[in-house]
Amino acid sequence: MEIVMCFVIGFLFMAAVYLMLSKSLLRIIIGTGILSHGAHLLLLTMGGLRGSAPPVVSPGVTNYADPLPQALILTAIVISFGVTAFFLVLAYRSYQELETDNMNLMRGSEDYD
Amino acid sequence: MPFVYFIFLPMLVALVIPFLFKKVRGIHTGWFVLVVPVALFGIYTTLLPMVQDGESNTSSFDWIPSLGISFISYIDGLSLLFSLLITGIGALVVLYSIFYLDRTREQLGNFYVYLLLFMAAMLGVVQSDHLISLYFFWELTSISSFLLIGYWYKRDRSRFGALKSMIITVFGGLSMLGGFVMLSIMGDTYSIRELIAQAPDLSNHSWFIWSLVLVLLGAFTKSAQFPFYIWLPDAMEAPTPVSAYLHSATMVKAGLYLVARFTPIYASSEVWIWLVTGVGLITLFWGSFFALKQTDLKAILAFSTVSQLGLIMSLLGAGAISFHSGIEDNTIFKYAAFAAIFHLVNHATFKGSLFMIAGIIDHETGTRDIRKLGGLMSLMPISFTIAMIGSFSMAGLPLFNGFLSKEMFLTGMLSILEFDLFAFGTWGILFPVIAWIASVFTFVYSFYFVFRTFTGKYKPELLPKKAHEAPIGMLISPAILGTLVIAIFFIPNLIGDALVKPAVMAIQPYLYTSPTDIKINIAAWHGFLEPELWMTVGIIVAGCLLYWTLTKWQPIYSKFPNWLSLNRLYDSLMYISEVETNRLSRFYMTGYMRSYLVYMFTGIVLLTISTVFIKDAFNISFARLAPIRFYELIIVLVLIACTMTILLAKSRLTSIIALGAVGYTVALFFVIFNAPDLALTQLVIETVSVALFLLAFYHLPKLNRHENRIKFRLGNALVAIGVGVTVTIVALSAHSQKLMPSISSYYEETVYTKAGGGNIVNVILVDYRGFDTLFEIAVLAIASLGIISMIKLRLTKKKEVNRIENE
Repeated sequence: MEIVMCFVIGFLFMAAVYLMLSKSLLRIIIGTGILSHGAHLLLLTMGGLRGSAPPVVSPGVTNYADPLPQALILTAIVISFGVTAFFLVLAYRSYQELETDNMNLMRGSEDYD
Repeated sequence: MPFVYFIFLPMLVALVIPFLFKKVRGIHTGWFVLVVPVALFGIYTTLLPMVQDGESNTSSFDWIPSLGISFISYIDGLSLLFSLLITGIGALVVLYSIFYLDRTREQLGNFYVYLLLFMAAMLGVVQSDHLISLYFFWELTSISSFLLIGYWYKRDRSRFGALKSMIITVFGGLSMLGGFVMLSIMGDTYSIRELIAQAPDLSNHSWFIWSLVLVLLGAFTKSAQFPFYIWLPDAMEAPTPVSAYLHSATMVKAGLYLVARFTPIYASSEVWIWLVTGVGLITLFWGSFFALKQTDLKAILAFSTVSQLGLIMSLLGAGAISFHSGIEDNTIFKYAAFAAIFHLVNHATFKGSLFMIAGIIDHETGTRDIRKLGGLMSLMPISFTIAMIGSFSMAGLPLFNGFLSKEMFLTGMLSILEFDLFAFGTWGILFPVIAWIASVFTFVYSFYFVFRTFTGKYKPELLPKKAHEAPIGMLISPAILGTLVIAIFFIPNLIGDALVKPAVMAIQPYLYTSPTDIKINIAAWHGFLEPELWMTVGIIVAGCLLYWTLTKWQPIYSKFPNWLSLNRLYDSLMYISEVETNRLSRFYMTGYMRSYLVYMFTGIVLLTISTVFIKDAFNISFARLAPIRFYELIIVLVLIACTMTILLAKSRLTSIIALGAVGYTVALFFVIFNAPDLALTQLVIETVSVALFLLAFYHLPKLNRHENRIKFRLGNALVAIGVGVTVTIVALSAHSQKLMPSISSYYEETVYTKAGGGNIVNVILVDYRGFDTLFEIAVLAIASLGIISMIKLRLTKKKEVNRIENE
């Protein structure tokens, strides 16, 4: 299963990069969202998928799923959520101020050349 | 006496000069400054008997003891000669500047601070025995010279000249630093004397030639040798006292000092002899030839300085031959080093006075253009006398000290004929020939300088001011130098014994134990049979002929193509470095975020993939894999389908919904891979995120509402596929090569017994690794505060402008 997951993760990364290279700001943020999904799944996969029980202590169970990657992912989910929320509001504000979401129109001012 | 502290005396005085300039307005600031060089000159004079006995004075104080860096003042004959030149000419220049620069109109505070800084730096250069402190003072001379050339900073030409000299000399200075560092590594010491002591071992080192070339680059740029002389004519925009001091007597001789000082280390090399002698001769010829093209008095003198520096340089190179035992009796090459030092002193005297005269003419007539000048002899008789003394000495006529050193120069060049090592037997004949031709041109431009200015027809209509003799104060300094020019001719051996012989001993330490061993007697008369006499006669005859026909052949200078000149080369180098690099950076700094992302992703892909294959790190292991279950494959297909939907969706709304679907599928993965906490968090957060996305979508401006697919772009697709492949390869390889087991068994065993909890993930989050959680909370807090301030703080551009205007 880990090998299948490696390909899925590669696919997610590919889609994320393709979206990030497009010119719409909203699509770029969607791309970052997919990128973080890919990273989270990568963390989980690299920890191994062989555990047969959730990491909650219960009598008689010995083969838990690895809890450490899960803790790391939980932290990463929250942080990426915070950053995504911030980016979204930033994008929303830039729509209001600049009246565009086209990245090609958001170049640095010519005055600085 | 610890002479090392005297180096810093001018710097200390420079600290109080601005206060004196501001507070004591009635007295010209220069009078206060004058005390410094005069006092130092007096102090250094007391050392003369010491160096005549072949002794030296060393004093030091530590700068960075842990790195072995200190200021070491080592005064031997060579250092003392230069120190006396610096302070002596310095005193005369300060005296001259008191009358040259106006007390009320000029920023004298700046001028004297720069000048004193330069004086200290120069003393440091010639007295330092430590490579690093030598470099420190060397760059300080470049900087203070930059400030002095740009003294009238409101003029374009001054700024251009200052920048040009700065770039060229700093280029040389940095090369020299490289050479010094190599030298210090080779010899494992920073001390020049210790390096000289182990010179025979150094020459076998593989870096020897590199350090030689780099050190020579420093010397050639500073001493305005071919092809680096181009900064010197442009440095003539400096006030004339500066030109007289820096660009004739002292700074441009720092390179000569460097060559002389390092001769004992490098002279064993053929490259050194060829480079120093050859470049010196080329510079000598080039400078003397192009001096006649100039119409500005100071430009003529600048080219003449270039040429005379080349002369001294070539003599130093010839003097280095004396280190080789190629011929039985090599006294004749010892002669060359002597001649170099002797001419160095002579040049400082006559060139200093000539610059001061050029300044006087500029000051009293308002122009330095030789085409507008003429007939000043009767109006400015004293200046004319001094200019004539200086020019005749420069031309090498008898009764003036230039004659003596020119005779010695010709002797030195003729003696190269007898040296048959290093292919000198074949090419040696060129040396006296070029030297002779250059001497003829020197003769012509010396006459050109003095007679075009002072004889001929007086042209008052062309002059901005009515010409008259300069004030007596301005004439004192050139008069003293002019007197020296004649005095040295009549008593050359006094100077020779007191100054030149100790200096020669420092250049050729292996040959002598005491200055009195040097059996050289300067004589004006060699006898009829010596070839030097007939060469001099030839110079005078050919020179007179060329001068009389000057108007006939001078137009050939305008025939030289302008684009071939070195200045043109420098300008185009500057142009390329400014415009072309700007164009280059604009080529890749497009301003589009996409470009930068492409650079980054491509870089990541190339670096990672090539590393994987170079290190042969890729492999797949099918051991220890979890089994593939049917419903897992279904979820995988759903995930891929949702992702494809995002990529292909026409409307943004669809892609937002599809992104939500991706998030929920990921949550499903968490469920089937036994991660309940993750699944919970993922579900909640995905819901909130989708809501936020929809909010952003809703507020899209109307004008941009028209929906369209992402246009397919092959480049983007290739980059994206590359990244995907890279991630897959890295993930597969990493998973297949696990080197050690997980540490999680510790958590499983102790979670209840030590931490008192059952949910291992939650206990890790708040107990084992609680710090992560703390700062994750901080991240959320910062994000929410940031969002609030982004929404609340709305300073639009217009309001901002109004606010600034109201303030």
